[in-house]
Amino acid sequence: MSEAFDTVDPTPTDWKAEAMQRRIRQRYAAERRFRLIGFAAILISAGFLAFLLVTMFHDGAQGFVRTEIRIDLTPGQSAMIEAGDHEGALRQSGARLFSQSAWLALRNSGARLGPVWLPAADAIDVAAKGEGSAAAERTYAALRAEGRTRTGINWTFLTGSDATDPTAVGIWGAVKGSLLTMIVTIVLAFPIGVLSAVYLEEYAPRNRWTDMIEVSINNLAAVPSIIFGLLGLAIFLNVMHLPRSAPIVGGLTLALMTMPVIVIAGRNAIKSVPPSIRDAALGIGASRIQVVLHHVLPLAMPGILTGTIIGMSRALGETAPALMIGMRAFISAPPGGFSDPATLLPVQIFLWSDEVGRGFVEKTSAAIIVLLVFLLAMNGLAIYLRNRFEKRW
Amino acid sequence: MTPAAIALLLVGLGLAAWFAARGKARSFARAPDGRPHSLPAYHGWYVALWAVVPALLFLGVWSNFSNGLIYQAVIESPEAAALPGVGMNRQAILGEAYALATGASQTAFSPEARALAPVYARAIAFYSWLGLGVALLIAFAGGAWSFSRVSPHFRARTRVERTMMALLLLASLIAVLTTAGIVASLLFESLRFFALVSPLEFLTGLHWSPQIAIRADQAGSSGAFGAVPLFWGTIFIGAIIAMIIAIPLGLMSAIFLTQYASLRVRAWLKPILEILAGVPTVVYGYFAALTLAPPIRDFGLWLGIPADSESALAAGLVMGIMIIPFVSSMADDSITAVPQAMRDGSLAMGATKSETIKKVLVPAALPGVVGGVLLAVSRAIGETMIVVMAAGAAANLTANPFASMTTVTYQIVALLTGDIEFDNAKTLSAFALGLVLFLVTLALNVVALRVVKKYREAYE
Repeated sequence: MSEAFDTVDPTPTDWKAEAMQRRIRQRYAAERRFRLIGFAAILISAGFLAFLLVTMFHDGAQGFVRTEIRIDLTPGQSAMIEAGDHEGALRQSGARLFSQSAWLALRNSGARLGPVWLPAADAIDVAAKGEGSAAAERTYAALRAEGRTRTGINWTFLTGSDATDPTAVGIWGAVKGSLLTMIVTIVLAFPIGVLSAVYLEEYAPRNRWTDMIEVSINNLAAVPSIIFGLLGLAIFLNVMHLPRSAPIVGGLTLALMTMPVIVIAGRNAIKSVPPSIRDAALGIGASRIQVVLHHVLPLAMPGILTGTIIGMSRALGETAPALMIGMRAFISAPPGGFSDPATLLPVQIFLWSDEVGRGFVEKTSAAIIVLLVFLLAMNGLAIYLRNRFEKRW
Repeated sequence: MTPAAIALLLVGLGLAAWFAARGKARSFARAPDGRPHSLPAYHGWYVALWAVVPALLFLGVWSNFSNGLIYQAVIESPEAAALPGVGMNRQAILGEAYALATGASQTAFSPEARALAPVYARAIAFYSWLGLGVALLIAFAGGAWSFSRVSPHFRARTRVERTMMALLLLASLIAVLTTAGIVASLLFESLRFFALVSPLEFLTGLHWSPQIAIRADQAGSSGAFGAVPLFWGTIFIGAIIAMIIAIPLGLMSAIFLTQYASLRVRAWLKPILEILAGVPTVVYGYFAALTLAPPIRDFGLWLGIPADSESALAAGLVMGIMIIPFVSSMADDSITAVPQAMRDGSLAMGATKSETIKKVLVPAALPGVVGGVLLAVSRAIGETMIVVMAAGAAANLTANPFASMTTVTYQIVALLTGDIEFDNAKTLSAFALGLVLFLVTLALNVVALRVVKKYREAYE
């Protein structure tokens, strides 16, 4: 011990020395570098997010507008319209200028004679947005010179369903499919999730059964979503013979996936209610069930709801399980009920992303914007609930 | 009657029972001789449960049971004598008649079906009314019996609460059932697959081409099920490329957020990272395929490396970005869990902040970080949409990140889309792949959670 002490140089460190000063400068420089690297890491992540959002909004904004072309209906065309031959009337003005859904727009406009604005064909629409072929660009320039073009809001996109012509596609069918599926999901996952959370947190005895339940819930929360799709395919379709592509099957599958998320969030919320609340209720004679139903659950509800909304927003963005249970079919009408063939918003995005037409690029991005707006609204609601109602004990 | 109408009817009955029983309980609650055991509402619940639950159980059993009875009734009717013997045709006609009778279709192909449809409709109507009648009988019987038990000393609350506990237990058993369902369905179909293809070939074979030729004399008529290229693609994209992106960026983000950022900056940056985790994977996949893949291919060609339009690099890169918030929040948790005394000790010795982080905090937090990385890997290899949209379909066994590569999840999606039959190795192989994926992610999660837990215990 003393020997080791003797070997230490007894002279005090000379902090002013050139070598020491250089070392300190180097260490401080390393410090600044490290800090900068950390900041850069965050910046890269945030920058990527910004890049992604900007790309999507830039491409997608075009999907919400469409080019319209004016035609002046002649008496001849008017007669054809009267006879119900809207497509024939359009052919007289050059059918290839118009979208496949233009005859519907003509019929719905009720126009008989004179000027009417109709959605342009995909090629013209793309040319108007600046990326079309040379021929389409020329046609568009000629029409524009005549003052026969304008840009309008694409109502078809907000109210229609899937179609083969990018100017005729709409998002409503997929939104409705997602809505129906989410209703099934929440109706199943919320009660089951909350009841399991209550049981595990408040009543479950410590034994092997309870351990098994806990282990399976924790594992289910980490199982890849596509495995749930395989489960849905094997059990709901092959064993129970429920209808393929239907919101009921999608909802069941997603409910199994969402339930563990709700259980885990619910348990944390219930755990954070202080024991004094339970003791006080028990002390004035409430039964164990009354303690939970009248006191613990209402206090834990904001936390449970926040977890539920986060779980639901994850389910809303999920694609892979829906592909497994056949929700990738071409469906040109919104589903009427829980057992009709339907598609989901993310699946619709996936399907459109596979289409080759240039017109589908903006439609895909526009659908992504719709999906992101829904998710943002849900997460915003969750954050609001958390900040507004959550109690800190 | 539709199921919705029946449900409404039962709810109505339950409500009536609830009010009746509560009324009766209230009348004796005002009686002078002592206090009754349960509040009036509990008597209401008790009777309502007895009125509704047995009837519902009966209807559940009946709906499974009655189809057989209906079928029996139709077969035994005189009109069914004209049916052809056992075979496809007979089933087809019966199916058509059923569709006609329920209104699922308006026209029938065969005249026999048209003759049989009214018989079918009669049988369905008869048995559904019979079922409903019995259900109502049960509901009334249950309601009346339980109503007769309502008295001041009857312990209605105890019984209602016991039912409630049973319901709670039932709800929590659903998770176990789901796990069992996953294991059973994967195992069952996988065993059928391994009866056709040996497990050894599946796990060690180097060639994957599941397309089974329609004619036996075509090349590769049996399909090849060597899954090693898929495993390699999955590991290369999910565990190598994605982690090269996610670990440094996630770790440095966590360090900056916990050690350097002021509270206000942290309050802004953390949610931004969380948004990154909340973006749906289909959006990442679209972004990878459309925006990132073309420049990456051009870059590869510029380097002189053979590059495909769909590349492992594009998929892995985006997957890495997606995982950043995950790694970051796990690292965040384990760094903040390091005791303050260790940090203070290091700073007191004169170490700078970065030296403290590098020499003290990160080594101390390492088990937690490693656990987080394992969880991140398990999430990355189970990720589907990014690889489906950006990684390609070719089962290449190569280390070239610019090449198209396929993964386990991609193949599961590809094998199970379109019209599928559950009797060939091609379809069944998807379940074998699913089983491997399930087992590997399960193992990763178990190990990771154990590591994290042990580490937490060390500092408590």
